[in-house]
Amino acid sequence: MEPLVIDAKGMHYTPLNKLIREAVASGVKEIVLNNVLGQRFIGNGVRGDAKITINGVPGGDLGMFMSGPECEIFGNAEHAPGNTMDYGSLIIHGSAGDAVAHSMRGGKVFVEGNIGYRGGIHMKEYDGKRPILVVGGTSHAFLGEYMAGGLILVFGIGQEPTIQDRGIGSGIHGGEIIIRGDVNEKLLGVGAKKVKFNEDDLERLTPVIKDFCERFGIDSSQFLDTNYSKIIPASSRPFAGKYTWE
Amino acid sequence: MSLGSVPLKYKISIDRDQCMKCMRCVDNCSYGVYRIENDKILIDSRKCTACHRCISMCPRDAINLQEKPVDYRSHPLWTAEAREDVINQARTGKIILSGMGNARDYPIIFDRLVLDACQVTNPSIDPLREPMELRTYLGKKPAKLEFTKNNGDIDLKTKLAPNLKLDTPIMIGHMSYGAISLNAQLSLAKAVAKTGTFMGTGEGGMHESIYPYQDHTIVQIASGRFGVDIDYLERGAAIEIKVGQGAKPGIGGHLPGEKVCADVSCTRMIPLGSDAISPAPHHDIYSIEDLAQLVRSLKEATEWKKPVFVKIAAVHNVAAIAAGIARSDADAVVIDGFKGGTGAAPKVFRDNVGIPIEAAIAAVDEKLNEQGIRNKVSLIASGGIRNSADITKSIALGADAVYIGTASLIALGCRVCGNCYRGLCPWGIATQKQELVDRIDPEVGSENVANLINAWTLEISELMGAAGLNSIESLRGNRERLRGYMLDQGLLDVLKIESVGA
Repeated sequence: MEPLVIDAKGMHYTPLNKLIREAVASGVKEIVLNNVLGQRFIGNGVRGDAKITINGVPGGDLGMFMSGPECEIFGNAEHAPGNTMDYGSLIIHGSAGDAVAHSMRGGKVFVEGNIGYRGGIHMKEYDGKRPILVVGGTSHAFLGEYMAGGLILVFGIGQEPTIQDRGIGSGIHGGEIIIRGDVNEKLLGVGAKKVKFNEDDLERLTPVIKDFCERFGIDSSQFLDTNYSKIIPASSRPFAGKYTWE
Repeated sequence: MSLGSVPLKYKISIDRDQCMKCMRCVDNCSYGVYRIENDKILIDSRKCTACHRCISMCPRDAINLQEKPVDYRSHPLWTAEAREDVINQARTGKIILSGMGNARDYPIIFDRLVLDACQVTNPSIDPLREPMELRTYLGKKPAKLEFTKNNGDIDLKTKLAPNLKLDTPIMIGHMSYGAISLNAQLSLAKAVAKTGTFMGTGEGGMHESIYPYQDHTIVQIASGRFGVDIDYLERGAAIEIKVGQGAKPGIGGHLPGEKVCADVSCTRMIPLGSDAISPAPHHDIYSIEDLAQLVRSLKEATEWKKPVFVKIAAVHNVAAIAAGIARSDADAVVIDGFKGGTGAAPKVFRDNVGIPIEAAIAAVDEKLNEQGIRNKVSLIASGGIRNSADITKSIALGADAVYIGTASLIALGCRVCGNCYRGLCPWGIATQKQELVDRIDPEVGSENVANLINAWTLEISELMGAAGLNSIESLRGNRERLRGYMLDQGLLDVLKIESVGA
């Protein structure tokens, strides 16, 4: 089937999403959006297995509540791509704004460049669903805050050290944050602890590392060692000891 | 231990002449007040929460409960409560956790408002023989209507926004599965389906046994995003973004891991036994523009077919905040007053933060009218609504509809003991222990809740009839029908009502 090509120039997000929704519902497997410039909510709540190529810069909440499709973005993304995303993937050939993968519960978000504040905040996993956020560059503060499950992996390509901002994993009570190289303990948030990244971890994460590198044409062999920091919850019940009964 | 113990909160005694040792008290108390030794029922009053389960189940009325059986030296400032809180925190160094609504003795504005009735100059209406219109539509109303002529017919040209249609202005507020039991939620769901109204799911997803009643639910999306996916959003008749709660404005919520059983875990989509943490803010809403973005995102995801509500706690600046929400494409603003209930809240918040719902309704209604945007949103009031008079007064102050919470739980057995956070609710409401949950039969429970809604609906129509009104529309914001009794001028000005006699 021919891909459906949509020129999004000057188009409001609602008719644009309507076209996408109708196309996916009618069985279109490939959609190309050209001249995207700031349209919010692309792919919002869309179910199915379509591939959506986005040429340009999509607006906020890209792929929010999305369940299934893959969006490949040739450009930067705005605020909260992958917000409360259920399943599917966002492959961003660029950087993204704040709250990337906010409350994501499944699927994957790959960002080639950097992300803003609160990346992966309150990601959570359940049953077979385990969300993955991988960042090629670096992240601003509060990465993985309130994280309840899933995986965040930050490579820090072109960065030394990988992350310099504070509040990593503050309030984390599930999941893991893996950061290339060492992480200064002072940057960890309340409730987060750093543990050794070992061979078993590497084996477990190798498919994710390879998947990310393949997507962006990066040689993965340079990342296949144990030079990572692993940040996990100090407790799965961070607030358990905070209260006394009336 | 140098502090010793504090006096008993409650003292239980059994009239041994009346008692027939049926052991129902022993079986029913989930707090372990009663035990049997040598064929005698022994009492540990210190464990009592005054939930009244034993008293209500005793066939001989043999049980007596006395509150504060031990006197302190009386002191107007250093009340027993003040002293005991200090002792508790000196012992533990922790935040005091409490349940149910505000327990401070603030004046109740509702009780200082009186309603009007017709005498001589305009006739009252008898609801028995005249139709009374209580049907309420929640959502945006068009500022004007445009029509087109079509071969002698007139067609409506204006596109109407989706509205919820309620047979009565009474809805049941958001209490999540997790905070309350499945049988409690199921009872509420069946009751709203029977009475033509709606209930909130709370932030906890929707259990599949609620699916048959989904057309009568408002699904909630809060900062934890628990149980939220596209299916969930599509199930609800409306979607509500919870920003704040009257019982604990400004803070999030923690469902303790003990309450996250297999079914709750599955509905919320979180691991078994893990704490469910709802952060204080939505981390994708840091401004009024971000709120508008979330409202539109929810509408976009559900193809603009469903009304989206935004719930905030009644705080000092509530009117300006509501005016901001009204400009965000939201269809209704829910205002939750500081007397609103909760399963668990820090006591210092429950008792001290926020403002009363009566003042908040009036201030919001006034502000929206002033700015000419009252039609853009409906106004739903909640937080401490106890009876049909409170509802009637709320509507006269400017609300479109109300949410009730605690009252609907009292209809299921709750006696407002305020120990919801302990997860041992003997009435089977605020618990996930199956043997306790089984104490609620959803058929019977729903009948009781539906009775309550029907009774209040009847009373509202009687009150309206007496005031010469046959439609709820004519009551809404009709402050002329209210007078303030012993309210100060400042409050009369806020409520925009006159004093009695004026």
